[in-house]
Amino acid sequence: MEKYIICIGVALLILMLVTLVRVIRGPSTIDRLVGVNVIGTKSTILIIIMGTLLGRVEMYVDIALAYALLNFIASLAAARFFQRHREESVVDAPQRQEGPSC
Amino acid sequence: MLDFIVIVLLSAGILFFFGTINGLLRFPDFYTRMHAAGKGDTLSTVLILLGLALYSFHHPSVQDLLTGYKIIFIAVLIAIASPTATHALMDAGYESGIKPWGGETDSEEEVDK
Amino acid sequence: MYHLLMFILMMLFWILMSGKFDTFHLVLGAISSLIVAWSSTDLLFQDRGKSPAARASEAGRFVLYACWLFWQIVLANFHVIYLSLTPKPIKETLSPHIFNFKTTLKTDFARFVLANSITLTPGTVTIRVSEDIFVVHAITVKAAGDLEGGSISEMERRVAWVFEKREIGGA
Repeated sequence: MEKYIICIGVALLILMLVTLVRVIRGPSTIDRLVGVNVIGTKSTILIIIMGTLLGRVEMYVDIALAYALLNFIASLAAARFFQRHREESVVDAPQRQEGPSC
Repeated sequence: MLDFIVIVLLSAGILFFFGTINGLLRFPDFYTRMHAAGKGDTLSTVLILLGLALYSFHHPSVQDLLTGYKIIFIAVLIAIASPTATHALMDAGYESGIKPWGGETDSEEEVDK
Repeated sequence: MYHLLMFILMMLFWILMSGKFDTFHLVLGAISSLIVAWSSTDLLFQDRGKSPAARASEAGRFVLYACWLFWQIVLANFHVIYLSLTPKPIKETLSPHIFNFKTTLKTDFARFVLANSITLTPGTVTIRVSEDIFVVHAITVKAAGDLEGGSISEMERRVAWVFEKREIGGA
């Protein structure tokens, strides 16, 4: 059973690394934010898996709870900031949209 | 028996996460990517956390019971927070004027792979 | 009355989160719960008109609704996997578009639940809620057709059943 949970953790880690591709080559900033949000949610799981393997879940679960809350608030704040930021420079938004498509 | 349920839950979570990643990488524009991220992320996280909570019920003591309840609480929190974060990101993208991918008209921009 | 209910809820939450039952931690929890109950009861109980029994039955109906929603989330995930794993070029399978949708739900919380439900059910994501207009993005023509036909009004009927205990006829 322990081995199976290790396998799950490794699979999760590999899939998170694949998500990083979207963060690196996402055409716009919001695409990158989506990737970061997904990676952050999965890190919560990874923390609990680490706690289960080390036999100290009761400590790691608090860290995971704080991390989940922090991830949610960070993603909300980033979305809000990006919205404000683009509203001010709404004139050059279309040009910048067409430029960096890879 | 309990081990079997835990294995099924964890495997289903990884499977749905794989679907999410695939959608996130293959879909052509920001809005459709948010479809994959908003749905798959929520379900796979909740399934894996439920599996781990069941696994922590193995040795029934008060401490382990509390730990399991805390993990379930994290799952409920993520199930509420993840669609809300998706919604906030979606709203920011819509506000900043990202054009939705229209099918056949503008197929030369954002060609994936 | 509501302050007492809030205090009891917060105290239960403290005990669940701390897991220690000695005097020091319990007194600390009582003090914190008292401060929270004094300062922010209005956040949890917005309209004071409802009786506690009505609230309890509302919570019960919400649990039933959550079970139905979970099944819809599973269907939505199979839909996403199917769309992303088709061997055909992805541009042929997708046909996204955006449409507006007007709701009849009254309270903010019911609208929040409906927006999250739309996000989690197959093929649709809520983009924006402004007053009673929902801006919805659908991923395929079929999903959008379902929505115009029945799926969203079906979901709206269920949410109205949970929170307002009334039936919405038709759309």
